[in-house]
Amino acid sequence: MLPEVLQYGFMQRALLAGAMVGTVAAVVGVFLVLRRLSLIADTLSHVALAGIAAALLAGIYPVAGALGAAVLGALGVERLRSRGGVFGEAALAVFLSGGFALAVVLLGLADGFTVDLFAYLFGALTAVQPLDLWVILGLGVLVLGTVAAFYKELFTITFDEEAARVQGLPVDALNLLFTGLVALVIGVTMRIVGILLTSALIVLPALTAFRLARSFRRTLAAAVAVAWLAVVGGMVAAFYLDLAAGGTIVLLAIGCFGAATLLPARLRG
Amino acid sequence: MSLSALTDRALRPPVAEVEHVCVDYGRERVLDRVSLTVRAGDVLGLIGPNGSGKTTLLRVLLGLVRPQCGHVRLFGQELRAFAGWHRVGYVPQKAVAFEARFPATALEVVLSGRCGRRGLGRRFRPEDVAAARRALATVGMQAYAAHPVGRLSAGQQQRVFIARALATEPDLLVLDEPTVGVDVEAQEQFYGLLRRLNEERGTTILLVSHDIGVVAREVTQLACLNRTLVFHGPPEEALRSGALARLYRPESWVVAHTH
Repeated sequence: MLPEVLQYGFMQRALLAGAMVGTVAAVVGVFLVLRRLSLIADTLSHVALAGIAAALLAGIYPVAGALGAAVLGALGVERLRSRGGVFGEAALAVFLSGGFALAVVLLGLADGFTVDLFAYLFGALTAVQPLDLWVILGLGVLVLGTVAAFYKELFTITFDEEAARVQGLPVDALNLLFTGLVALVIGVTMRIVGILLTSALIVLPALTAFRLARSFRRTLAAAVAVAWLAVVGGMVAAFYLDLAAGGTIVLLAIGCFGAATLLPARLRG
Repeated sequence: MSLSALTDRALRPPVAEVEHVCVDYGRERVLDRVSLTVRAGDVLGLIGPNGSGKTTLLRVLLGLVRPQCGHVRLFGQELRAFAGWHRVGYVPQKAVAFEARFPATALEVVLSGRCGRRGLGRRFRPEDVAAARRALATVGMQAYAAHPVGRLSAGQQQRVFIARALATEPDLLVLDEPTVGVDVEAQEQFYGLLRRLNEERGTTILLVSHDIGVVAREVTQLACLNRTLVFHGPPEEALRSGALARLYRPESWVVAHTH
């Protein structure tokens, strides 16, 4: 006999999708935080919102709109970054508010804030439709496969980009590839925790893992474990206690981070 | 210096050549028609005051800065066409390169030095790990393979970075201000290691430093840079000719240590 939480099709889909989303968000998050690009996740998620708004307006699949906008935003951000302007962070802030402003205007044209939009902003257990599940699993496998294939390159440019260049690695192409991965991760993560909390699910497992693990490989594993704990725990709690799933997941992730911070040094990895 | 020693050096093949190189940062010219040849077996110290362009010259040689004019060749090949990067080991200035909280073990860091050699999208093989462990042993850090780099001392971290550069057994080792922030004992060990690499493996070494006294004692060739190349030759000659005095203002004039 299945426990109640697993008896509903929407919960099965949400948990499956959540496990995949937690995995890719945690893995990409470790690289992202170490490269000091955390703000890119937030920026791209707001750009993705403009994509959702455009898709709702045009009547096409919103996740496709989000992915398209996030990838375009990623290209723009990477262009800015590679030019190495002093005000890189301010440029990100422009992208962030610009994406959000565009979304608000488009939504105004689409006649206001629909229920559908709420699910994209804040996430919802019932939001994962069968098509969403397949999109999330497919893109998740693509992201994990790419990270696995280029693991040593991603580690090398993350640890020391300049030394990577001297080794003859195609650093610019790898940066572009990585930013593309971030865009994909945002596109799938927002379906689970909502646009506004997406960057939290990307950043928090990484930050927690840094306190637990000594090697890079174990840091990745620890981040994935933390993300699973937060996503599955948050969803189950949200189901039984009738809480907002996205918020519960992120609060749990913050709880994990707090616990890892308080952990005495001798108990850490 | 005897004539035979001079011809000896002239007969050795060039490892790194810079020819009439200029670099401008904005309106300011930081390198002005600099020509310098590093030959196989050299231990060449590149010195100069702050802002003299020595780090820039290093970056030009490594392909990190594109010069406005002039030619750069590594192992006889034009830099643009150069593909043998595994023959070059690079040890960046530690403070610039390193985030102390980065979660990686010494072995993971050293292994990353073989990334370019193994090829894009290929996994490391057991021989890569073996080479990384050998490099750690060369710098005397084999016992620390599984230690997080962030928790090692400054001198130990420096040795790990050297091991990363040695992981492909390069013919040319390039080091940028390698002894900054490292205590005297670690410095002694460091120069001992350079001597060993140079004598036993024939590794060519190019070293950028501001510490003239120590460098003059440890290198076979000295190059003094102050936007232009002021002097290039054996260190004894630099002292005799007064090149160092011209290079530095009197107040920063450091008396050379002699054996």
